[in-house]
Amino acid sequence: MHKKVVFQHGMLPYLLVAPQIIITLVFFIWPAWDAIVTSFYRVTNVFTGQARFVWLQNFERLFNDPFYYNSLQVTAAFSLTVAVLAMGVALLFAVMADRVIRGAMAYKTLFIWPYAIAPAVAGVLWLFMFQPTIGIVAYLFDVLGYEWNFLTNGTQAFLLTAVAAAWKQISYNFLFFLAGLQSIPKSLIEAAAIDGAGPARRFWTIVFPLLTPTTFFLLVINVVYAFFDTFGIIDAVTQGGPGSPGATNILVYKVYSDCCAGSPDLGSSSAQSVVLMIIVIALTVVQFRFVERRVHY
Amino acid sequence: MVENRPVLTLISHIVLALGVLMVAFPIYITFVGSTHTLPDILNAPMSLVPGDAIWDNYAAALGTGGDMSGARPVSVMLWNSFVMAMVIAVGKIIISMMSAFAIVYFRFPFRMFFFWLIFITLMLPVEVRILPTFQVVAGLGLVDTYFGLTVPLIASATATFLFRQFFLTVPDELTEAARIDGAGPIRFFFDILLPLSRTNIAALFVILFIYGWNQYLWPLLISDNLETVVIGIRRMLTVGDADIQWNIVMATTLLAMIPPVLVVVFMQRWFVKGLVETEK
Repeated sequence: MHKKVVFQHGMLPYLLVAPQIIITLVFFIWPAWDAIVTSFYRVTNVFTGQARFVWLQNFERLFNDPFYYNSLQVTAAFSLTVAVLAMGVALLFAVMADRVIRGAMAYKTLFIWPYAIAPAVAGVLWLFMFQPTIGIVAYLFDVLGYEWNFLTNGTQAFLLTAVAAAWKQISYNFLFFLAGLQSIPKSLIEAAAIDGAGPARRFWTIVFPLLTPTTFFLLVINVVYAFFDTFGIIDAVTQGGPGSPGATNILVYKVYSDCCAGSPDLGSSSAQSVVLMIIVIALTVVQFRFVERRVHY
Repeated sequence: MVENRPVLTLISHIVLALGVLMVAFPIYITFVGSTHTLPDILNAPMSLVPGDAIWDNYAAALGTGGDMSGARPVSVMLWNSFVMAMVIAVGKIIISMMSAFAIVYFRFPFRMFFFWLIFITLMLPVEVRILPTFQVVAGLGLVDTYFGLTVPLIASATATFLFRQFFLTVPDELTEAARIDGAGPIRFFFDILLPLSRTNIAALFVILFIYGWNQYLWPLLISDNLETVVIGIRRMLTVGDADIQWNIVMATTLLAMIPPVLVVVFMQRWFVKGLVETEK
């Protein structure tokens, strides 16, 4: 789409785009290009920084590395768990809020504000409740005779971080589900009611199928969130642990701990960055090509 | 409402009330934690009734940041977070409006090339270029400066698209009328386009302020003395063999979430608009 009426240009349009373009080139394109180039090199002399072109060796090494393989698995399981939890719970609340007439606005306000909390801060909230020695919920587990120590138990650590991540994302999903529900024509639901379909039947045969665009859109958004934005939660609660392959060592956390803590392996770190880049590009393509937004406001 | 089912409505209210409790419970526990003394918290279980150390805890957090060696006053961290959030939000809005204006209202060589260059930034979050970006910023000597903390995050494809989309809906008649009256592009921008964009700017500001305030990975890499409050909390948890000062941590946590939560609650209308539009 283009404007028919435009202004005569001299240098002005270039000056207008300059700040954005300069920042993009210096802080986005250049570093990304550097990561791509470095991923094909291997440092042969640590002291002089001499490097050798090694084709795809860094990637080969990466995909044969059991630690990286573990991280891929953890990331897949983690994003799936977070997406299903956050979307399922949000859908339940949205359906309920769509039903009630009195207080719908109040519920909306009460549900949306966790969006404003930083992931790392959300992690600290949950850490405080579940900390094995002082946490209030951990104490409750102890009374009930359930052995709780997420600092040593990988499954528990995984669940704790996933629940904390989902908790923060419920508000976002709730807003979009509620908007999606409110855009469904009431006449369709009334027609089904006249035909004798109960609330449950109506939900599964009419409402849920009509929500598919919203659901698919949210699925992409939630996976992106679980992939990238949960870094703060992982860092605050588990630092990728417990255990040696790391029960919560998601890809983004691994690339951080491999590059920026201790001695960096430049080749491997860059190769990991490139893999992440490919994942982001794939998710962005899915988002722009296949996600149809039929949500109306 | 299709039919009246009182029982179902009651169940809905109960489920929603439980949901609100579930959302609010961690915050309540945090608040209670910030009102007890450290020994009260360490001597589990902590009482669920607020204690009386509330003023001591908040005064200690804001004033000194606790007794740990290397502790910094939380008031300074809050200021750093505020500066970072404001610079990022305002900066993103300004440079995005400028580039959207250029792309929509001018025909110039490389127009589409610039457009795609901006689009690519969507696919390059900090996480996929951590080390090289850090090296660039370190090479420019920007580590531990407000400039290094904010400017690399200011490029924004999302905001540029939002303004582009909006400018395209502005009627051409307005542009023509302005041109006939002899207004140049700059005049047109400030007198017509800017006032028309007010609600879009407000909506975007809410989203971007929260985005800026909640930044984590970038300040973690780039700031050492220039600690934002989110990073400050993280550092308070890394204490080696000593006991974590949970009472101070909880007070700081609450202080860290108050500004963005207030922004969302009081600017709810713009917040919802902003959320919906930035995802288009």
